[in-house]
Amino acid sequence: MIPRPILIAFRNGYPVLTAIFADIHSNREAFDACLADARRRGAEHFAFLGDLVGYGADPGYVVDRVAEFREAGALVVQGNHDAAIAIPQENMNSYARAALDWTRDKLNAAQKDFLAGLPLTAESGETLFVHAEAYNPTHWTYISRASEAERSMRSTDKRVTISGHIHRPHLYHMTPHKPSSCFVPQADVPILLAKSHKWHAILGSVGQPRDEIPSAAYAIYDDRSALLTFQRAPYDIERAARKIKAAGLPAILSARLYIGR
Amino acid sequence: MPTSSLVPGAIVDGFRVGTMLHAGGMANLWEVEREDIKTPLLMKVPIQDSSDPLTIVGFEMEQMILPLLQGNHVPKVFAMGEFAAQPYIVMERITGGSLLPKLDETPLPVEEIVAIGIKLAEALDDIHRQHVIHFDIKPSNVMLREDGEVVLIDFGLARHDKLPDLLAEEFRVPIGTAPYISPEQIKRRRNDPRSDLFALGVLLYYLLTGHRPFGYPRSDGALRRRLWRDPVPPRALNPTCPAFLQEIILRCLETDPEARHPTTAQLAFDLKHPEKVRLTTRAERQHRDPWFKALERWYKMRFAASPEAKTITQRLSQAPIVMVAVDVTEGTEKFADAQRNAVERVLATASTRQSGATSNMRLACVNVLKTNRIAPYDPLDDEGHNIHVLRLVALKEWARPLPLGTAELTIHVLESPDPAAALVDFATVNQVDQIIIGAGRDSVGGPYLGPVAARVAAEAPCTVTLVKARGTH
Repeated sequence: MIPRPILIAFRNGYPVLTAIFADIHSNREAFDACLADARRRGAEHFAFLGDLVGYGADPGYVVDRVAEFREAGALVVQGNHDAAIAIPQENMNSYARAALDWTRDKLNAAQKDFLAGLPLTAESGETLFVHAEAYNPTHWTYISRASEAERSMRSTDKRVTISGHIHRPHLYHMTPHKPSSCFVPQADVPILLAKSHKWHAILGSVGQPRDEIPSAAYAIYDDRSALLTFQRAPYDIERAARKIKAAGLPAILSARLYIGR
Repeated sequence: MPTSSLVPGAIVDGFRVGTMLHAGGMANLWEVEREDIKTPLLMKVPIQDSSDPLTIVGFEMEQMILPLLQGNHVPKVFAMGEFAAQPYIVMERITGGSLLPKLDETPLPVEEIVAIGIKLAEALDDIHRQHVIHFDIKPSNVMLREDGEVVLIDFGLARHDKLPDLLAEEFRVPIGTAPYISPEQIKRRRNDPRSDLFALGVLLYYLLTGHRPFGYPRSDGALRRRLWRDPVPPRALNPTCPAFLQEIILRCLETDPEARHPTTAQLAFDLKHPEKVRLTTRAERQHRDPWFKALERWYKMRFAASPEAKTITQRLSQAPIVMVAVDVTEGTEKFADAQRNAVERVLATASTRQSGATSNMRLACVNVLKTNRIAPYDPLDDEGHNIHVLRLVALKEWARPLPLGTAELTIHVLESPDPAAALVDFATVNQVDQIIIGAGRDSVGGPYLGPVAARVAAEAPCTVTLVKARGTH
């Protein structure tokens, strides 16, 4: 919840809240749960940080919904799984490749075109949206260290970078002359992205969390007051897992949803 | 609107600027008002062109933390400067003034020091429960409301457990105010709520003796002295200091946070029950430790391992105040056992939460001696024994078999015509986290909830566990 004093600070009315979703990975149940949660919290704008497909059993549904959101003005960027629908990538593990081969068969031409045509980055105000990181978006680098986050932050003029890709929520921040630090955010605490710092927020995954919390992860950002709130939404994991099994996808893809790893 | 254009009469985001209340090194404070807000307000505006980066980051930390805090012990936030424009915070102006003028009146009477200590400890307990450590407790940051409640201000050095700590990463020097800073802050450890206990101890010491226990160090070396050198015991400076108060103050000033009170709620408990304070050698001390002991501490400090990192919430949950309402008059053996079992389970839980299998729990055994509303109270029974003392003895006997370990036990006999109200009041005043009380028995022995237990369960400010002895009916 955004505390009341912060809300009433804005003389031009209520702040504009943007719900941001990363790594939905064809998980319809998780996506719907996050959307409902975000709307309940007052989100009116939406942004999607890529990897709409892969791993899960509902690629068509997710792509169609996100395409509708983009029609309505939402920002959408491309992830490595989205790109791999058109151009298969060699450096993916076997079950990711198996899921993508399956996904390719399930998508129609319009859905494939939508994924192939997505931009790598999008900007809004002082915020950069990108799937992996800003230094070289096509390399899909996993940010696992402060130095990698710092390289990404130094390569953009934008004060705030918001990304996904690693499926675990992290918040890096730095001042121009100091190395960057990492913070592991908890759900439902509004964090002021203070002006003296540059920030790189990595959101957890909607459709396949890997921080040992199985609930779907997303975030709500109020860019006028620079308040970022990481959120979690519990969802019907059994149903999502059952569909993955029924589709004949690798067993690990359903099993890991229960434990969030 | 840049800071320099702030003048009396200016309108900033609907707030009319009044006089400047305070020109500080980090921020200026302006009196402001807005028609729709009745509360007295002030606007805090950071000094923009300050060469000290702490000015900006400290202000931002306050912007991050203060709006998340609720309750009577912090100023209420009304507005914050829109992010891209002029930074400011509009907050409630506390009209009662700070503790600063009290320093001119030292030594203060013991009762006043205890009263200030209680209010300050309660305020700290409140913010600690909201995941925040203040890290800059000193007289000028402790404000008083008209009703005597303490309000903590200036969260520029504070840390919120669930927010990134911009100060820790930003600064490679100890952050705090030299006379009040805790040893662990000097070692740049910013995760222990007991750092605020240390500063509280410095403050009480100052009010009691007129001296700062560690002076006003101006160099890093002088600052680090408190890591191994103990202060002059307060009684050596002010002979009117009672033993319990010296015990409490010197415990706050322990170098090792583990040796201090586990929580500010437990410190408040001690201040409210002077006669129950467990006195150690600290209470009697007249001199500082001999040099070889200080040297030993210095040596230990040099080679001490870093303590385990814990969140504020973890620390608090390991050190609850648990109150057990023991009915020694009605108790059959079976029921007494059932109630002890319930206490043992709580003790075991508090212990397992702590890695060393010891608990910092505080257990208060309470019994109410029911007095008659009209008839004068006769302290003696038919055979001439003091009833109050008999109850104390019975309570002690009840508690004797409990496996307390490192948990601390106090025994209380309250006197009241209304036992339920007395129990609820005790729990409220003492920040009790959990009450364990017998459900009561009726004459037939069937399942039953007695009137006292029912009222305590309904009115208590905390969790209430109702105990029943299995198979009594």
